[in-house]
Amino acid sequence: MASNRSAALVRPAGEARPVHQYYAFALLVAFLLVAPSFMYPVFLMNVLCFALFACAFNLLIGYVGLLSFGHAAFLGTGGYVCAHAAKVWGLPPELAILTGTAAATLLGLVFGLIAIRRQGIYFAMITLALAQMVYFYALQAPWTGGEDGIQAVPQGMMFGVIDLRQPLALYAVVLAIFLAGFLLIYRAIHSPFGQILKAIRENEPRALSLGYKPDQYKLVAFVLSAALSGIAGSTKAVVFQLASLTDVHWGMSGEVVLMTLLGGLGTVFGPVVGAFVIVAMQNYLAQIGSWVVVAQGAIFVICVLTFRRGLIGEIGRALKKPL
Amino acid sequence: MFDLLGIPPQALFGQLLIGLINGSFYALLSLGLAVIFGMLNIINFAHGALYMLGAFVAWFLLEYAGISYWWALIVAPVAVGLVGLIIERTMLKQLYKLDHLYGLLLTFGLALVIQGLFRNEFGSSGLPYQIPEALQGGQNLGFMFLPNYRAWVIVVSLVLCLATWYAIERTKLGAYLRAATENPSLVQAFGINVPRLISLTYAFGVALAAIAGVLAAPIYRVSPLMGADLIIVVFAVVVIGGMGSILGSTITGFGLGVIEGLTKVFYPEASNTVIFVIMAVVLFVKPAGLFGRAA
Repeated sequence: MASNRSAALVRPAGEARPVHQYYAFALLVAFLLVAPSFMYPVFLMNVLCFALFACAFNLLIGYVGLLSFGHAAFLGTGGYVCAHAAKVWGLPPELAILTGTAAATLLGLVFGLIAIRRQGIYFAMITLALAQMVYFYALQAPWTGGEDGIQAVPQGMMFGVIDLRQPLALYAVVLAIFLAGFLLIYRAIHSPFGQILKAIRENEPRALSLGYKPDQYKLVAFVLSAALSGIAGSTKAVVFQLASLTDVHWGMSGEVVLMTLLGGLGTVFGPVVGAFVIVAMQNYLAQIGSWVVVAQGAIFVICVLTFRRGLIGEIGRALKKPL
Repeated sequence: MFDLLGIPPQALFGQLLIGLINGSFYALLSLGLAVIFGMLNIINFAHGALYMLGAFVAWFLLEYAGISYWWALIVAPVAVGLVGLIIERTMLKQLYKLDHLYGLLLTFGLALVIQGLFRNEFGSSGLPYQIPEALQGGQNLGFMFLPNYRAWVIVVSLVLCLATWYAIERTKLGAYLRAATENPSLVQAFGINVPRLISLTYAFGVALAAIAGVLAAPIYRVSPLMGADLIIVVFAVVVIGGMGSILGSTITGFGLGVIEGLTKVFYPEASNTVIFVIMAVVLFVKPAGLFGRAA
């Protein structure tokens, strides 16, 4: 997108490694390690799941320039399949999460093959429509529990030794999953593969003329994003012991767009900060109830009109260092 | 009476009629989206919210001022058109130089705000709106009962679609509009006020949505979220039809409504998703859409 054009010049060839990003990462990890001592672990785990979800979404919008308006489908599918695997098939949590992730990945492959046939606005509309299909499926299928969702998902023992019923043990596992996903995305966007993605975003015909096949790269990025969203959804199902229609609704697809937009499209840390702010807003403004949706809509409008770089994008600009 | 594949004709024609009604709304809404997209290059995510606003204007008029349906058919599009004018002048205008996706994000935010405000005020269950007296009752066609109001909705929708086609393809204003879509700076150089043309196009597009809202008020209940799910189906309709052609939008809208209705008869489980499935198939066979020009 237009405002990311400058972000594409993150690291011209030959420049030093982005040390400030390592500092920022260390700061983030330090915060997440001490945070449970003064914040509710459940709140933090919620933030971490959404942060991973938003980072996965950002991989597409920020680095390939594809706006997916249907990412709830992957979050929700991961959640439902993981919950089903843990509750009905009795799989241990690590295998349940893996199953949920595999399902979301597969769905990502199918949706990706369909959606990358169009670009820009059409891509957004197509992903939205496809995700609505998943919503209606989750509403009607017998195994997803309709309006009730899948409740009382057992947490159990991870790898047979980590008791996930202990809040801090669960937090440690969720933190590990988040950091692994975050680092994977960081690695991907700073690899030659990530450079090609950015090249496709900037000028697709040129990338094509240089011999890269944009469709294949887009598809890989889409599937990777879907898989990471699936991990986020599966983890969320284990944390809350619940998979519900909220996670596959288009409102959820909108929320992840909002988190990423607010934090900063195409920034490394933006989605994490955006997820934190939006989840905190939902938690602490819960007493004003349905006004939360109005507030979210207003944030959308304000971000688009005046604040297109997002929180982290603006900070990065002030420091003259991309974050 | 005859039976068709074991389906009683009443059920078949009943669903066919519902399909045509839904198709009327798909056609009107996708037409508005296509007109706006042609000129502004944005997808108006707030279209569903403004359709809802149209229905609410009709309800307000009747409830608080006793103003009838017939006046609402004129007042609602004008009022919502003005709202559209304000949105375009104050917000959308700033985004034309940016990536088109920002227009989508902005209008999505607006839709959340409008729908959220109405839901806080009126809840989500919906309010009833009476069918106007002149259109109550119906005709017995022998094989089915046709309520007058439903016939009216289909006719109005068809007439509006054809009138829009005529206005854009056969009048001088329409010629300006098409020229400005192709090359705005050249048309501006000829002394035509292109920014005003753009504003009026947006206002016209959302006014169509408002008329659809008024038409829908007596059929569905007037509810804050009546446009929220509808707009996603309309997006799929737009992808299937492609946004290049006005008659194409009309045909696709009605056609998909009928297909959806028939699905309700033969395989009800898929009736919610059939349009999305068709969209996926069309994308594989003809990515530009049935009536679209290749991108």
